[in-house]
Amino acid sequence: MNDDATRAPDPSGIDAIPAPEGATALIQTEYEIGQDNIELKVGPFGLDIHNPVFLISGLTIVAFVILTLAFQNSVEPLFNGLRDFLTGTLDWFFIGAANVFVILCLVLVVSPLGKVRLGGKEATPDYSYAGWFAMLFAAGMGIGLMFYGVSEPISHYSTAIGGVSVENGVRTDWAPLGAAAGDQAEAIRLGMAATIFHWALHPWAIYAIVALALALFSYNKGLPLTIRSMFYPIFGERVWGWTGHVIDVLAVFATLFGLATSLGFGAEQANAGLSFLFGLPDNDGSKVVLILAITGVALLSVVAGLDAGVKRLSEINMALAALLLGFVILVGPTVLIATGFFQNLWAYVEYLPALSNPIGREDANFSQGWTAFYWAWWISWSPFVGMFIARVSRGRTVREFITCVLIIPSLVSVLWMTAFGTAAIEQIVTQGVTAVQDAPLELKLFEMLQGLPLTAITSFVGIVLVIVFFVTSSDSGSLVIDTITAGGKVNAPVSQRVFWAIFEGLIAIALLLGGGLAALQAMAVSTGLPFTIVLLIGCFAIVKGLMSEPR
Amino acid sequence: MYRKILTPVDLAHRDRLSRAVDTAVDLAGHWGIPLVLVGVTEAAPSAVAHNPQEYRQKLEAYAGEISGARGVAVEAKAYTAHDPATQIDDTILKAVEETGADLVVMASHVPGLASHVPGLGDALVPSHGGRLASHAAVSVFLVR
Repeated sequence: MNDDATRAPDPSGIDAIPAPEGATALIQTEYEIGQDNIELKVGPFGLDIHNPVFLISGLTIVAFVILTLAFQNSVEPLFNGLRDFLTGTLDWFFIGAANVFVILCLVLVVSPLGKVRLGGKEATPDYSYAGWFAMLFAAGMGIGLMFYGVSEPISHYSTAIGGVSVENGVRTDWAPLGAAAGDQAEAIRLGMAATIFHWALHPWAIYAIVALALALFSYNKGLPLTIRSMFYPIFGERVWGWTGHVIDVLAVFATLFGLATSLGFGAEQANAGLSFLFGLPDNDGSKVVLILAITGVALLSVVAGLDAGVKRLSEINMALAALLLGFVILVGPTVLIATGFFQNLWAYVEYLPALSNPIGREDANFSQGWTAFYWAWWISWSPFVGMFIARVSRGRTVREFITCVLIIPSLVSVLWMTAFGTAAIEQIVTQGVTAVQDAPLELKLFEMLQGLPLTAITSFVGIVLVIVFFVTSSDSGSLVIDTITAGGKVNAPVSQRVFWAIFEGLIAIALLLGGGLAALQAMAVSTGLPFTIVLLIGCFAIVKGLMSEPR
Repeated sequence: MYRKILTPVDLAHRDRLSRAVDTAVDLAGHWGIPLVLVGVTEAAPSAVAHNPQEYRQKLEAYAGEISGARGVAVEAKAYTAHDPATQIDDTILKAVEETGADLVVMASHVPGLASHVPGLGDALVPSHGGRLASHAAVSVFLVR
C-alpha cells in the first residue's frame, strides 16, 4: 500500500484507506448499525430506514401539521404560550446552561484533552479548512446574519438610548441591562455588545458541544452517527431501545419543523425583498414559487451529494457573503467599522459577565424575550447543525475543532455584526436617515444597502444570498434527517434524502397557505428545553469520552 | 486478453454479491490474471465496520477467503468517500486508474438501489453499471 502518497485528502473526497490511524477507545456494544432497519421498495425507489424512528417521526410531523392547520386559532396561542412559558420561567436554565457550554469549550482548548484527534491519532482531515469552514458556517448561521445583522444592532441601540421605563414596578422597556439613557456612544456600545452576545461564543458553543459529542462517539468510539449515541455513557445499551428512539424522533421533529418554518418565513422575507427591489408581486403565489425553487435547488444539491452539491453551494455562499461584507466595509464607514471591530469586541468582553448572568436579572424583557429565546432557538437547531458539523469534522484535533467551530465563527460574527450594524447606525445617527429604522425587518438590509452606492448590484447579491442560505440549510438538513431516520447510516439510498427535502418544502407550503408557521416555529423552539438537557448530558459525555482516548 | 479484473463489492450485502464475484473469479481463473476487489465505505461507523481500518481488514479477509477457495490471486482495495451513496461511480473510476485494471466486472445495479426508472427516475436512481460503462476507458462487463 502506498499510504504515504495518499495522506493528503483528495479533492475528489475519495481516499484509499490508509494504514491504521492510531488507536481509539472503541466502545464494545451489542448493537449493529442497521439492525433495526427495514429495507423495502416503494415503486422504483429503494428505502433503508430505521424501523420505529422513520415512521414515528414522519407520522408525528404529519399529525402536527394537520392539527395546526385544523385548529389554528386554538393551537397557536397554546404553542406560543408554551414557548413563552419556557423562555420566561426557565430563562435562568437556558442562560446558565449556555454558559456551561462556552466554559467547557474554552477549557477544552487549553487542556491536554485538546490534543485528542477525532478519528484516531493519525487520522487526516476529511476537508480543507476553507471547505470545512464554508459548510459549518453556512449550515449554522447564515440566514440569520442577513436579517439580524442590520436590525438587531438598531433595536438594542434604540431601546438602550431610550432608557429604562418602569410601570407598576415592572420594567416595560426592552433595553439590555441597565440601558444607557441619552448617552449615544454608550448606547451604541451596549447595543453592539448585546447583539454580538447573541451571535458569537454562545450559539457556536451550543453547536460545538453537539458536534464534538457526536464526532467523538462516532469516529473514535464506533457508535452510529445519530443523536442517541451521545447518551451511551449514561444509558448504556438502553440507548438502542425506546430511550434512544425518543431522542432521535425529537431531533428529527425539531430539525424538520425548524427548517420548514424558517423556509416558510424565509419565503415571505425573500418575497418582500424581491417585490421591494424588482416589483415582484408579494402574494402567496410568488411565495410558493420561491419555496419550490429553493426546494428544487436543494434537491439537486442532495442528489449531487455532500461534496458536489452541499460543499460547492456552501463555498459559493461564503464567497458571495465575503463579497457583500467586503463591499459594506470598503464603501460604508470603513474607518468606523475597522476601529469598531476592536471596540465592539472590547464592549462584548466588558458586558459579557453581566449579559450572561442567569439570575437576579432586572432586564426581564431583554434577558427572557431576547436572550433566552435565542438560546432556546439555537439549541433547537443544534441537533441538525451539530450533526452536520460532526459529519464533516473527522481528522481534526479537539483544539483545532473548537478553534474553527467556536472561536473563528465568533470573530466572523463580530465582524459581520460590526460592519452591518455600524453602517446602519451611522446612517441613523450621523446622517439622520431613519429609513432603515422604519423599515420592516425583512427590508432593513435592503434599506441599508440603499444608503450605499451600487444599490442595484448589492441588493441583488443580497437577495441571492438570502435564497442560497436557505438552500444550504435545506440540503444539509435533509442529509441530517435522513441519517437519523436511517439509524445512523450515512449511505442510505439517495431517494430517502430526496423524500425529506420534498417533505420539508411541502410542509412549508402547507403552513404558509393554511397558516400556522408561527405556531409550529414556537413548537420547534420549545424543543430547546429537552435538548438543553441533552446538551448538558453531552458535556458530561464529552469529558468522559475524551478522558478515555489515547492522546 | 486482459491484465487485471476489478470488481466492486458491497460488504453490507455479501449474500447478493455472489453472481458478479463468481463471474469475475471464473474469468480471472480462465485467463490466469489477478482480480482486485474494490470496496467503498464512509468515515462514520457503518453496518460493516466501526471505522475505515476495520472495513479494510474485512475486505482483505473476504479477498483472502475467495483467493484461498478458488486459487486465484485476489487483492483488496478499500476506499473512503465522504458521501458513498453519490460517489460509487467516481470511486470505481478512481480505482480503475490506481489499480491498472483493464476489465470491470460488476453487478448491473448496486444492491439496495432500485433499477430501470425512466425519465427523472434515472437521474435520481441511476444504474451504476450503465453510467460507469459510459464513463470508463476500460471494458465493463455487467452481470445481471
